[in-house]
Amino acid sequence: MPNLNLVEAVNRALARAMEDDPRVVVLGEDVGVNGGVFRATAGLLQRFGPERVVDTPLAEALIAGMAIGMAAEGLRPVAEIQFAGFAYATLDQILNHGGRLRHRTQGRLSCPMVMRMPCGAGIRAPEHHSESPEAMFAHVPGIRVVYPSSPARAYGLLLAAIADPDPVVFLEPARLYRLYREEVADDGEPLALDRAFVLREGHDLTFVSWGAMVHETLAAADALATEGVEAEVIDAATLKPLDADTIVASVSKTGRCVVVCEAPRACSLASEVAAIVAERALLSLLAPVERVTGWDTVTPMARLESCFMPDVPRILAAARRALQYH
Amino acid sequence: MTVVARFEVGYTQYLDSQGNALRPLPDFARDPRALVPDYRAMVFMRAIDAKAIALQRTGRLGTYASSLGKEAIDAGCGAVLEKDDVLLPSYRESGILFLRGVSPHRILLYWGGDERGNVFPESPRDFPFCVPIATQLPHAVGVAYAMKLRRERRAALALLGDGATSKGDFYEALNAAGVWRLPLVALVVNNQYAISMPRARQSAARTLAQKAIAAGIACEQLDGNDLIAVRDGVGRALARARAGEGPTLLEALTYRLSDHTTADDASRYRSAEELAEAWKHEPIGRLRAWLAARAVWSKEDEMALARECAERAEAAVRAYLETPPPEPEQMFRHLYARLPAALAWQRAVACAMPSETKPHAEPQPG
Repeated sequence: MPNLNLVEAVNRALARAMEDDPRVVVLGEDVGVNGGVFRATAGLLQRFGPERVVDTPLAEALIAGMAIGMAAEGLRPVAEIQFAGFAYATLDQILNHGGRLRHRTQGRLSCPMVMRMPCGAGIRAPEHHSESPEAMFAHVPGIRVVYPSSPARAYGLLLAAIADPDPVVFLEPARLYRLYREEVADDGEPLALDRAFVLREGHDLTFVSWGAMVHETLAAADALATEGVEAEVIDAATLKPLDADTIVASVSKTGRCVVVCEAPRACSLASEVAAIVAERALLSLLAPVERVTGWDTVTPMARLESCFMPDVPRILAAARRALQYH
Repeated sequence: MTVVARFEVGYTQYLDSQGNALRPLPDFARDPRALVPDYRAMVFMRAIDAKAIALQRTGRLGTYASSLGKEAIDAGCGAVLEKDDVLLPSYRESGILFLRGVSPHRILLYWGGDERGNVFPESPRDFPFCVPIATQLPHAVGVAYAMKLRRERRAALALLGDGATSKGDFYEALNAAGVWRLPLVALVVNNQYAISMPRARQSAARTLAQKAIAAGIACEQLDGNDLIAVRDGVGRALARARAGEGPTLLEALTYRLSDHTTADDASRYRSAEELAEAWKHEPIGRLRAWLAARAVWSKEDEMALARECAERAEAAVRAYLETPPPEPEQMFRHLYARLPAALAWQRAVACAMPSETKPHAEPQPG
């Protein structure tokens, strides 16, 4: 079984999907000859040729809109946006067209496309290269938003996203691209697109996280375990539609919920999780839901990004507040 | 300074405003009887347009965007599109859709606020109306790319307004279409106004067609009130596209004889004199004069056609008014291929109760 880092797992999934389905095309800036600025598409041009691995002009709205047109006309486009900070230009296309095409034609046309992009801070990248826009996309009806947190889940979820008949925004935690390796069975098996992953079982506290922050959250859970506190860790992973049942079942068991994400706090997915828990598990709660998030500031440049992103001490402090609440 | 490049923009017109042929006509117009179906389609477009406005004025249709004055463009495009081509309209192309076989009552359904108006069973690959400006151009690039990838002899035809040529989507799409020499024809319906903004203040460019030059693609201006020029220009561009000879930007010059929509009052920003002058160049009278002068169209034909159009329009109105409103469930149907479980309870709530009695705290699942 190959030992892959996350970006290699993405690459394997893309290659597998292109191999298995001639309708799959990859498009984006520098995805062909250069193999992508993070090398997510390395080697695809050589294997599948320039008609299916398409270096586009530098135009994000075009890339998203073109993918919609390709999808409606029967292809399975997988578009790459170079960084999530440049994806805002695609919102018009995704919101007004991608998420609506099936519905507004009552199923006559559809939009089986994927728009992938590296996402999140912590790689000391330039300005506009470290954003976490998952909540903006998750607010859009008619699409799916997926944000994996490990090489194996990136592989299986990307295959599922490409096979899905509806538009999927696929966010890749850039900080994890080369952080570590794990064994990934390159078996072409997709994962479910509407199910959260329980990464660690526990009965004292529920952590809900996604993307790169899952790893700080797991570290916090390990630290709590040394104190005899067993935390459950849920990787929400498929943020739209969100697997609320898994979260609610866990909080109903533990009575405490700490949500951890890197994006700014107001109107974040963390807020959505807190609202769901309040609606559906209020009487199980032993403490207020805690949100550990980025600040409601501009995502800072590299020198301050570690002050922006939640870290293990902040997560532990929130967990302790929840555990000690009377 | 050395001149490194020179460019020209051509203009095509065959009939003057009185219906006189200015130059030898293209082959398809040699037999004037061949243009009678186009003329009949144009008259029908105007008839149903008037009907739609009357419906709106009497509270039976929502805001409606009239096609008054662009009938030659719609009829010309409809005549030269092939079945397997893909049309990507803006929101003012009802006329082309009729010629694609779409039942007129669907257009009324659309403007009546019913998504079933975007279901075109007769023309299943065509895109629905596009209300956000110029966003359909990138879709056309994707459609044309798919056609080219599969080595098909098909083309995509996208229509847009003069205002749309100011948007980034337009430039991004033309640029990409040029890079890949895609089978794409973009037709700017230059009706001189983007709501209140006159063409002269939309762009300092002498023509809108010349915006193709920066993208390295072919361009041409057409008299958009001259059916023969539209059929000729769009037909040639589509034929080139299908033959793998690359994309074209066409600019069809016309005039929006109506308000922008029924929610607009054009008298606030343009004079009655200007409008009266524009009526002298409208497309239907000019083609009728040409046909009549060739003895293939008579007063009797005109009266019979008027009756027939009134009947067809009336039938469309009946079919529209007799269509019951969609069930609330339709908001959820076709939102996804399969409704996610997370939405199932919302559907259950929305479909079980009339909205006015819905409680503030909606029931939750589980």
